[in-house]
Amino acid sequence: MGLDEQKTAPSVVRADAPWRHDAKKDELRVIGKPIRKIDARSKVAGLTKFADDLKLPRMLHMKLLRSTAAHAVIKHIDVSKAKSMPGVKGVLTGQDMPIPFGILPVSQDEHALCLDTVRFVGDPVVAIAAMEEEQAWDACRAVEVEYQTLQTIGSSHEAAATDEPRLHDYGVRGNIHRLENLEFGDLKDGFARADHIREDTVFFEGNTHLPMEQHATLAHFDKDGKLTIWSSTQTPHYLHRALARVLHPLPAHHIRVIACPNGGGFGGKSDPFNHEIAAAKMSMLTGRPVKIALTREEVFWCHRGRHPVLMRSKMGVTKTGRITALDFESYLDGGAYGSYGTASTFYTGALQTVTYAVENYHFRGVRFFTCKAPCGPKRGHGTVQPRFAIEVQLDKVACDLGLDPAEMRKQNLAPRESLTANFLRIGSMGLGACIDKVVEGSGWKARRGKQERTKDGRIRGLGLACSSYLSGAGLPIYWNGLPHSGVQLKLDRSGLVTVFCGSTDIGQGSDSVLSWIVGEVLGVDPLGIRVVTSDTDLTPVDLGSYSSRVTVMTGNAAMQAAERARDIVARGAAEHLQVPVNRLVFADARVFDSENPDKGISFQDAVIAAEARCGTIGTVGSYTPPKTAAKFRGGGVGPSPSYSYSACVVEVEVDPDTGIYRVPKVWMAHDIGRALNAAVAMGQIEGSVYMGLGEAMMEEMAYRDRSHKGHRVFVHKIPSLLEYKSPSTMEMPEVVTYVVEDPDKNGPFGAKEVGQGPLLPIMPAVANAVFDAVGVRVDENPISFEKVFAALLAKKEGKDARFGPSLGKDGVPQVDFGDSLKVKTPWQGGDGTAWNEPKRDKKAAK
Amino acid sequence: MSDPDKVLATFVVNGEPHQCAFAPHKTLLEVLREELDLCGTKHGCELGECGACTVQVDDVPVLSCLYLALDAVGKQVRTVEGLANGPTLHPLQDAFADLGAAQCGYCTPGVLMTAEALLRDNRCPSRDEVKQCLAGNLCRCTGYLKIFEAVELAAARMRGEDKQPSKESIYGS
Repeated sequence: MGLDEQKTAPSVVRADAPWRHDAKKDELRVIGKPIRKIDARSKVAGLTKFADDLKLPRMLHMKLLRSTAAHAVIKHIDVSKAKSMPGVKGVLTGQDMPIPFGILPVSQDEHALCLDTVRFVGDPVVAIAAMEEEQAWDACRAVEVEYQTLQTIGSSHEAAATDEPRLHDYGVRGNIHRLENLEFGDLKDGFARADHIREDTVFFEGNTHLPMEQHATLAHFDKDGKLTIWSSTQTPHYLHRALARVLHPLPAHHIRVIACPNGGGFGGKSDPFNHEIAAAKMSMLTGRPVKIALTREEVFWCHRGRHPVLMRSKMGVTKTGRITALDFESYLDGGAYGSYGTASTFYTGALQTVTYAVENYHFRGVRFFTCKAPCGPKRGHGTVQPRFAIEVQLDKVACDLGLDPAEMRKQNLAPRESLTANFLRIGSMGLGACIDKVVEGSGWKARRGKQERTKDGRIRGLGLACSSYLSGAGLPIYWNGLPHSGVQLKLDRSGLVTVFCGSTDIGQGSDSVLSWIVGEVLGVDPLGIRVVTSDTDLTPVDLGSYSSRVTVMTGNAAMQAAERARDIVARGAAEHLQVPVNRLVFADARVFDSENPDKGISFQDAVIAAEARCGTIGTVGSYTPPKTAAKFRGGGVGPSPSYSYSACVVEVEVDPDTGIYRVPKVWMAHDIGRALNAAVAMGQIEGSVYMGLGEAMMEEMAYRDRSHKGHRVFVHKIPSLLEYKSPSTMEMPEVVTYVVEDPDKNGPFGAKEVGQGPLLPIMPAVANAVFDAVGVRVDENPISFEKVFAALLAKKEGKDARFGPSLGKDGVPQVDFGDSLKVKTPWQGGDGTAWNEPKRDKKAAK
Repeated sequence: MSDPDKVLATFVVNGEPHQCAFAPHKTLLEVLREELDLCGTKHGCELGECGACTVQVDDVPVLSCLYLALDAVGKQVRTVEGLANGPTLHPLQDAFADLGAAQCGYCTPGVLMTAEALLRDNRCPSRDEVKQCLAGNLCRCTGYLKIFEAVELAAARMRGEDKQPSKESIYGS
């Protein structure tokens, strides 16, 4: 076979289906099979090295002194006594790292150590490194900080009413961080066509990730003048950028970030953190390795968890339950810093249209700064709270109209392969199938509304809810036109395939995803592949383990790299075997002729033949999501290559006297596109159900409003693993899981996300089930026993059988949202731009 | 750094004697991780709340963060590193790997050490018994279900049954 012929040999990559979403199950040997995760053995052997398991010779231990004031100007810091304490080797204050940072370019509002202002109890002020951890603690206690206290902003309501003092000198005005007002379609017409209009006000209390592993970082500024950081981070690339920014003039290419396997993340390790940057600076100061391992209480101060969100929703529906218009407001209590808050604000509005077709949609969202630990992204980022509001409201609408809530939802499904009112592109859509599964499995039609009694006098109820979630954000966090994921492959003559990728395994199995995809394409055992990830010196950039982006984005990049490697190896094998290249099959670690399977060579020999032919073998793959259809300001949050769908039915048994309830069983169906590994996908779904139940029943980031030396402070009520209630084995119900596969053409082998979506419908389903059982509405998450009891009491007294925020005008903070940006929907002939948007100056946009 | 307040003691960990010096207020968790480099045992709270640090002392699961190292002198300490037999994983470890019962893997060592003690006392635990036994081990990833299934699978295999995970637990219903 001549070289020219080789060049034109057909590639296995098809232009119409580059990610092979339509591959038949029986064609696949690795994908979909319940093979072990690539790191399973080291995890069960206790050999996985988490950040705090690392140590280096001459390593120092660092501790942070944190603010005791909720809002104050730092007048003076006296570290002289601390510096002379035994074992102390280094002391840093804010002045040592004056450059601000933050995860989003639009909110660079944090300092590694507070520069002149503290904004919540727990804000770090001084860092001290010592030979022993206890010495560093002791030295922290010897530091004297003089604060001049300022007015404390404690809630969204207070922030809305208080223009001065401002927590930050940027944002919209006063203590408003972000303000959005977007209108799609014709709301007036939509409501005019409605036969029934409902208005509800609901509240979703904040909660936190509570990963089992506390954040830890080891920094080493070595003698070559290069810095290495090992850290429990979900986003090594963003940490790399933040370090390069703050540690200027240390060049970015002298900084190496290695993300250790995370002992759980759930979004809580997605920001670059002050302790990470301070440890790096401390290592540069002392010339020694420096480690910081946060205590459990400090993890609560790091937070970046679920925003408390107050929401008002007005929904118009026809007699048959079709949604004609939705007017939605969200008020986010953001805490002390920006974090991902801009994105969080948009996310409280973005996905309302992806689950159900909403013809006319108006979203207003506002995020406030308050003197509490900063909120950020937690599993389901920003979409969880509105999902609670909408799904509970739909249940009420169905009740008002005498409709079956499941059937009503099915009437409203967003159509597959369509553009939504806000220009999000939906691909595959399996929500209808999901609803059918849980309705059938739970006996919904026969058992709902029956108020069966259990033997111990409790009343049974069933509640249903649905959701959708994105498979990765369509746009990166900082504006750039580069790939979101990169993968490199190295094939060597031992037959080893090594995958290099910047992604970070936080327990979800992203390292394994790479091995399954490469293993499938190259026909080798995935457990024999070497996966090297999350090391900014060695691995190509992947933006990080957030927004459920990794399977789709690194998966597609890995597929491209593997297809390219397959082409190279195939050409070598074809020459060796004298078989046309397009007849070759890669399977079971062999390369053989599809027309004569006995005619073949081992994968290793094929690699050798290819290396002899064209030299050292390495390939790359990269992935950039499709261009978004939304062109209006704010349209960058919400687009995704694909959306997953979930439906669930939750069964509760409520004591009608006390409000105490238990959840014996959950039916959960999730449209995952395609399960790359059945067992691992099940684990993600079950874990989501668990975390959702924790949020529904007990978890809350609650503060005590206290006075400390005449200054009002907000301190965490329960910063411990025991007192911050989370479900134990005893609370975990039976879960019947249905894996629905509706392959999406944008995902590797059709895969969509699974790690976050199935969490979303749990909380509203619990609220709806409680109503089904005892006829009371708890319009506030968590749906704790006390709230059910309070609603039962109200019902008994003949009042509104409800617990929740005030429905009156005072129920939400008074905010002037200004004029809306108006966007014509696709069915109005809109092109994705806002027709009243002032022309944006290119410089300003940057 | 010499410290006159340190004590010198010998521990038997995973059947091997280890001599080390440590301050007498150090917990077993601290000595295992910091002096003996046995980092398989994890810390989640250091207040006895989460179970991540569970090890066995004389075959009984204890929270090593609340257990003074000095109290372990003269006793048999067993950690996750002592669970496998050379390169052969313990049946519990195999079952956890097969079912994906370890996601992030941070709570896993503590869960394994608790479950191993259960299976020594009870070869055929019911689901309720497994739940009761593991009620002190928090896990944020799995929702516990794969852990329950893995303990039951390991128990069956340890009884000599040729058991595989159920279809529902892997592929769903």
